[in-house]
Amino acid sequence: MSVLTLYNNLNTFLVIGALLFGIGIYGIVTRRTLIGMLIAAELILAGSSVNFMAFNRFTAPDPVVGQVFTLFIMAVAAAEAAIGLSIIIAVYRQLKSIDAEDAVQLKG
Amino acid sequence: MVTSPNLFSVDGLVGVVFLIMVAITIIGGLIACNSERLVRSVAGLIVCFVGVAGVYYFLNSPFVAMMQILIYVGAVAVTISFAIMLAAPEEKKKIGPSGPLSGPIGFGTAALLSAGFSILAIRTDWKVAEKINDGSLKNIGIQLLTDYSLVFELISIVLLIAILGALVIARGGREG
Repeated sequence: MSVLTLYNNLNTFLVIGALLFGIGIYGIVTRRTLIGMLIAAELILAGSSVNFMAFNRFTAPDPVVGQVFTLFIMAVAAAEAAIGLSIIIAVYRQLKSIDAEDAVQLKG
Repeated sequence: MVTSPNLFSVDGLVGVVFLIMVAITIIGGLIACNSERLVRSVAGLIVCFVGVAGVYYFLNSPFVAMMQILIYVGAVAVTISFAIMLAAPEEKKKIGPSGPLSGPIGFGTAALLSAGFSILAIRTDWKVAEKINDGSLKNIGIQLLTDYSLVFELISIVLLIAILGALVIARGGREG
């Protein structure tokens, strides 16, 4: 197997999905702002979608299911982005900051 | 054993395009998580999503690839850009790591998870099932409106509620 035939191999796509997931986890842990965390969460969702599409192409009996699932993940991600961003804007209006460490009003 | 195709044959060029798409995806993801400014972070996210769309194209799904570009690049990334403009973070303040330990801890967690999933995926012997249809756009449409119609309706309601909720939350606290 050569580097140029990697696209015909299930493992390649699973590794891509795992890498995207790892990058997203890294972003969520290290980011300080809420918007940065949201961007990292989008990366995690993209990684899981790549996984679904890879199994859909290579192993699933019905190659429609994975595509439908990926479309639903996209819809949920869009809803999540809309709600998350409006919460961030509300937080910014209250606290004049989007730093996650500043939103500590519930701290006892 | 598959022989390696010539670099300048059609198969070889397809392989090169695939490698470019993978590189775009990974580099875009790294930019999205490591850049100092949020605007560059969103630009990296867009690059990453274009790469993911290319990967979907290699997975026999041009429709999902197109939806990826339409929804993520066209809608989600633009929404995040709007939020950055509305909730403009002060440029003086660094947006970097949130603590001295978060960098190494984050990198360790991410490397552990990625390596673990990759090794798990490569070591497992995946069973390949017989295909019962070709996964074309026609079949997606038929199944979306027959087998998955309930989920389709539910996702529509979720999106509607998300839009209304976003409006209510973002509007609260404003005068008039």
